[in-house]
Amino acid sequence: MASVTPQRVLITTPLRWIPDEFDFSRYSQIFTGGSDSVGATFRAAMVNSAVVAVGTVSISMVVGILGAYAFARLRFRFRRATLMVFLATYMLPQIALLIPLYLILNSLNLLDTTTGLILVDCALVIPFVLWILSNYFMTIPEELEEAARIDGTTRLGALYWVVLPAARPGIFAAIMFSFLLAWDEFMYALIFTSSDAAKTLPVAISEFAGRYTTDFGLVAAGGILAALPPLVVAIVFQRFVVSGMAAGAVKG
Amino acid sequence: MSVVSAENTDTLGGSPSPGNPPRRRREKQGRLAFWLLLPAAVAVFGVIIYPIIRTLFISFFEVTSALATDTPFVGIDNYVHVLTSASFWDSMGRTLYFTIVSTALELTFGLIVAGLLNAKLKARWLFRAIVVIPWAIPTIVNAAMWKGIFNAQYGSLNALLTQLGIIDEYQAWLGDPTTALNMVILADVWKTTPLVAFFLLAGLTSIPPELYEAAKLDRARWPRIFRSVVLPMLVPSISIVLVLRTVEAFKVFDIIYAMTRGGPANGTQTVAYYAYTTAFSDQNFGVGSALSYIIVVVILALSAIYLRLLRRSEMSLL
Repeated sequence: MASVTPQRVLITTPLRWIPDEFDFSRYSQIFTGGSDSVGATFRAAMVNSAVVAVGTVSISMVVGILGAYAFARLRFRFRRATLMVFLATYMLPQIALLIPLYLILNSLNLLDTTTGLILVDCALVIPFVLWILSNYFMTIPEELEEAARIDGTTRLGALYWVVLPAARPGIFAAIMFSFLLAWDEFMYALIFTSSDAAKTLPVAISEFAGRYTTDFGLVAAGGILAALPPLVVAIVFQRFVVSGMAAGAVKG
Repeated sequence: MSVVSAENTDTLGGSPSPGNPPRRRREKQGRLAFWLLLPAAVAVFGVIIYPIIRTLFISFFEVTSALATDTPFVGIDNYVHVLTSASFWDSMGRTLYFTIVSTALELTFGLIVAGLLNAKLKARWLFRAIVVIPWAIPTIVNAAMWKGIFNAQYGSLNALLTQLGIIDEYQAWLGDPTTALNMVILADVWKTTPLVAFFLLAGLTSIPPELYEAAKLDRARWPRIFRSVVLPMLVPSISIVLVLRTVEAFKVFDIIYAMTRGGPANGTQTVAYYAYTTAFSDQNFGVGSALSYIIVVVILALSAIYLRLLRRSEMSLL
């Protein structure tokens, strides 16, 4: 609402809830502003966020599906312990890793790149994917797979042709979780990025909010745009989340 | 996952064929599991192992700059320094307050919302889609939004309360340390309740309808059904939410950074934020590392307590 209210109405007291006119200038400022403007920074951040989120989700899903299958279907020593260790990484506060990670990324020339962010974000997201998917995979009747295996399909073939289609709700739930996690990630992005080359939306917006404290409307406009992609993903995928987790979280 | 299902996997897994003893099959499965898990392990532990060790290392040295060359070994001095400083215990107290209040509120509201979501309404999908919105909005955007609402001069909370005649003059909601912390909690609860609700809803939908019917036959009333049927069945979901939210709330950083930067007068400075300012603003990396290790230990202790309680109630997280 504030994003389309003219500045002079925003700061009137008492507040008028419905503006007397709509003002879309902030959106045009964001979309068409030339280089070195708020708009350019914002658009670059939008692209960076998209690259980081899509990259993180793709890598985490591929890696997570393979690992989750192992946890759900294979018998091996230290299986529970291995899963516990993966899940325990979630308890580490990011702050405990920041300084050494900064030095590593620096020496690999990955500081202020989207590649670097994708790498560190994957480490955050993969344990979640493993947890959701391994729980979901376990609810799929093993007989389905047996049938395919008897027909001579390998385990990986069975995973691809039988387990994945049957696990669709769990997969969609995992995609949604990892997308929201990656889009929302703030601390790594704050410390590891410094320019338009890799800065993500949360960082750009917190800078907006710090710099344009008086133009609340501009911050609101940026915020709405930044919230749109996760909102679309969440609304499209939300019906899978309940069924995906109903199997996962509760059996879990 | 329970031990029972693990045993099931063993009897069902793999295609038993004559002349292929279980032991060898198991070895083969172990090798396959290793290769399947390798990418995940590299991606996760490749990123965190070295930093964990390095941070532990740093926490025993006096490091006062990122490029410091003179870094004397100080043993556990950094830990002593932290544990004897008043501001650490203050931030710890605030973090505990934040964790307990926000988790309790999220569970309460989450349960209510989950109950509503589970009701057989016509436009259920629309209702679910609306509920998911606060959760999908990025934390930083959420924080900026609430910061605007709480704004002392132009914020809509002041406007609303004044126009309703509840308050006489505009308040600086984020100006007083205690109020500010509560306002941050409010913003966090608003964002996270949907997630909690969805977790609990997942638990609710798995309650077999026969249980309700049986309870109704016994002429049980709703409070009684809730206490004797719903709550016990929800224990696994509630405990997962409890662990997740406690860990998350204990590490809280981004919403604090975006709403108050730990202010006013350090009133919203949580331990994670305290560690951040110690390491990055004060450039005191040794003490900052010691602090983050203390956070790790507290989180591990809390999780261990939870897991113990869960096991006692015969519920397993895995």
